[in-house]
Amino acid sequence: MMEKKKKTFRCVIRSEECKGCERCVEACPRGVLKMGTKLNLMSFPAVEYAGSGCIGCGGCFYSCPEPGAITIVEEVEE
Amino acid sequence: MKEVVKFGRPSGFFEKFERRPGPIKTNMHYCPGCGHGVLHKLIAEAIGDMGLKDKAVLVCPVGCSVFAYYYFDCHSIECAHGRAPAVATAISRTDPENVVIGYQGDGDLASIGFNQILQAANRGENMCVFFVNNAIYGMTGGQMAPTSLPGQKTQTSPCGRDVAETGYPIKVAEMIAQFEAPVYVERCALSRVPNIMAARRAVRKAIQNTVDKKGFSFVELLSGCPVNLKMKAHEMNEFLNEKMTKFFPLGVYKDVSAEREAIVRHTPIFEPDQVRELLFPEETKRAVDDNFRYTAKVFDEERRVKISGFGGQGVLSLGYLLATMGKLRNFNVSWLPSYGPEMRGGTANCSIVFSHTHVGSPQADHNCSMLICMNQPSVDKFLGQLGENGVLLYDASTIRQPEVSPDKTVYGLAASDLANTLGDQRVANSVMLGGIARLMQDCFLEGKESEDFDLAVEEAMNEHFAGKPQKVIDLNMKAYRLGKESVSIRFGARVK
Repeated sequence: MMEKKKKTFRCVIRSEECKGCERCVEACPRGVLKMGTKLNLMSFPAVEYAGSGCIGCGGCFYSCPEPGAITIVEEVEE
Repeated sequence: MKEVVKFGRPSGFFEKFERRPGPIKTNMHYCPGCGHGVLHKLIAEAIGDMGLKDKAVLVCPVGCSVFAYYYFDCHSIECAHGRAPAVATAISRTDPENVVIGYQGDGDLASIGFNQILQAANRGENMCVFFVNNAIYGMTGGQMAPTSLPGQKTQTSPCGRDVAETGYPIKVAEMIAQFEAPVYVERCALSRVPNIMAARRAVRKAIQNTVDKKGFSFVELLSGCPVNLKMKAHEMNEFLNEKMTKFFPLGVYKDVSAEREAIVRHTPIFEPDQVRELLFPEETKRAVDDNFRYTAKVFDEERRVKISGFGGQGVLSLGYLLATMGKLRNFNVSWLPSYGPEMRGGTANCSIVFSHTHVGSPQADHNCSMLICMNQPSVDKFLGQLGENGVLLYDASTIRQPEVSPDKTVYGLAASDLANTLGDQRVANSVMLGGIARLMQDCFLEGKESEDFDLAVEEAMNEHFAGKPQKVIDLNMKAYRLGKESVSIRFGARVK
């Protein structure tokens, strides 16, 4: 019997598109997003993903006012 | 391992925002944390998912979202301030297959264009309107908006909105829901995730209603303007959820979309021939063809005619008759009535311009070629506007013989008295038309063209009084002939 795999997700941030509004930080139920200190091309501090812990709820994606600053990807075993 | 995008850039957006200035062509021009971006995303996602890229027409407002058309991969149009519902109405009516999406802010919708949205809602236009309410004028730097909360500090209410001075915020969703026609009215907030997900459902429902031609759907979205309100993201969400919802409660205000049938409207007509048939079902029979032109010298240049009298004498109608004659004889004509408080009992007037080329100004306010006066105040007021070599025709029943310079031609006939002898004071204008014919035939027209003038009058009468009993036309023609015979005063330059 196949063991049901736990789904894993990853939050991909395009920091050049981020304006540092912190809406996603506010929205994340797991607190895996935090504001970075590095400024991007437009001099905004971009948000950073902690590297693990994303549950793929999409809250940050829908809270983010930019079209593609945040992408949630699901890692699927081939 | 393979990676599948679960939430990513909605396909309703362009891949690259070519029109957006600046080095970054993939994000939007809004300030950090702006609610517009969130709503744009919801709409773009719906457009992409519902396959509406070729059918959706986004009607963009004036405000921060003035450049919304930079971003959406669908049809879009930019409108004058507040006029989005009017433009959207036209788009929806000209092609009912269009999925019209109105997008307006609170200054645009609830202030300058408030009547536009109310009328569009009341007509039940087939469109969905997304109303972004951020309680402030964002684009211009944070002035008080019609939706600003009581006590809210803005640039123009530094001590807080004083309701005694400036009233209360306008509750648009509640107002729209009062109308009979709208099918769906909801208020959502673009604040915390559950609110945004509710807004996502509302956006999709409103667009689906439009696709199904159910009529007018309206979604008000409480939205943050963190820069102008000087708030951080969590403060902004708190402001939206705690303060704004107190005045603007969230929820569905009306939803009858399940019960309503799809709207059926008349099929729009665009073919010129079909339009003509619709507007002028019976073409007036003309004695001339489309190439006919008067060759008389008098029509070498544009001719401006002013007709004036008191309201009720039929001066506008006489002007319209003259313009109709011009139209039937292939002139370019304009007819410009001066409406206003004069209409009843005061001085009414109209300008008619004839030209074989383009008509410039439709207003004959100086250098008139012909002045037709049916009461004394008209002579006093407009005689000075009669140009060099101009002609004056006046109703001699009531008007004193005017003093004019020797280059002018003057004809007079007692139109009102003659009309009385026919038993109807109202045909004085047709008597006057007889005077015009006499004048034209005496001074300007010769041979065939002179005869044609009578034909043109008859054709114009038939067209003008189309649908009225034949005796009306007969009486007016009788008055016309009587006027033609009865010109009693002639003097001036051109009198033979």
